[in-house]
Amino acid sequence: MKAWISTLTLMLLFLSSFAQSAEMADQMRADGKIYVVVGVLILIFAVLFTYLIFLDMRLRKVEKENEQA
Amino acid sequence: MKLHIAFKILAILLVFFTLSAGLLVDVPALNILNETIRNLFFHVTSWFAMVFLFIASFTYSIRYLRTGSPADDLRARVFVETGMIFGAAGLVTGMLWANFTWGSYWVPDPKLNGAAIALLAYLAYGVLRNSLQDSIQRAKVSAVYNVFAFVMMVLFIFILPRMTDSLHPGNGGNPAFSSYDLDDNMRLVFYPAIIGWILLGLWMTEIRIRIANLKKT
Repeated sequence: MKAWISTLTLMLLFLSSFAQSAEMADQMRADGKIYVVVGVLILIFAVLFTYLIFLDMRLRKVEKENEQA
Repeated sequence: MKLHIAFKILAILLVFFTLSAGLLVDVPALNILNETIRNLFFHVTSWFAMVFLFIASFTYSIRYLRTGSPADDLRARVFVETGMIFGAAGLVTGMLWANFTWGSYWVPDPKLNGAAIALLAYLAYGVLRNSLQDSIQRAKVSAVYNVFAFVMMVLFIFILPRMTDSLHPGNGGNPAFSSYDLDDNMRLVFYPAIIGWILLGLWMTEIRIRIANLKKT
């Protein structure tokens, strides 16, 4: 288990050393990092909509139970 | 009222489109406004959604007066409630926008005061409803008041500000959108945004109506 974690960490370090040395097409850092704000908004609204969908589904369940009763 | 699932999916897609395209699309570079011109996709569309929901409420109130059906009364009530949420959002976002473009959260402007009066008129709708005990009397009186509140809203938000000078774009004799320099890029986001927020409002209304119907049984 320990060997696994250390291998994974080494692999990640290896990969990140690549990211630092080479110029990558990193959209998230371009244009004053506005894409990060878009990402945050999308995340927040994704949570809100997931909640709304669950609310809708739970309501449908109660409605069905109500019809049977 | 049942909102088809396709409309709910469309609401989610359009709101996500608005959030991403609204921040990323190329907009005209104007003095004072700068990037805040993007508020068009959020502030203005909030008011559009509110007006749409109030029109729906107005329609159901008229229908109640013709049919006397409690279902129509319920719909009229819930549409006012969800419309108020979008109205409050429009008012608060407008205040923030005003502070950074006009230099103050509130200016004594016919459009702003008119919007505040219109929202107060709809707030009074809720007060009126809660003050009446008998359900039939409450439905009738509030339906009549709702017609009055709708006329007040149109008068104070759309007519009076256009008859005087106003800081707010689209008033003081100006046609509604020319002063925004709304270019084709912005239209591409603005119109889907309106539909997206309206559909979200309809979805919220639908859930509240379903809860109210469950409570009755």
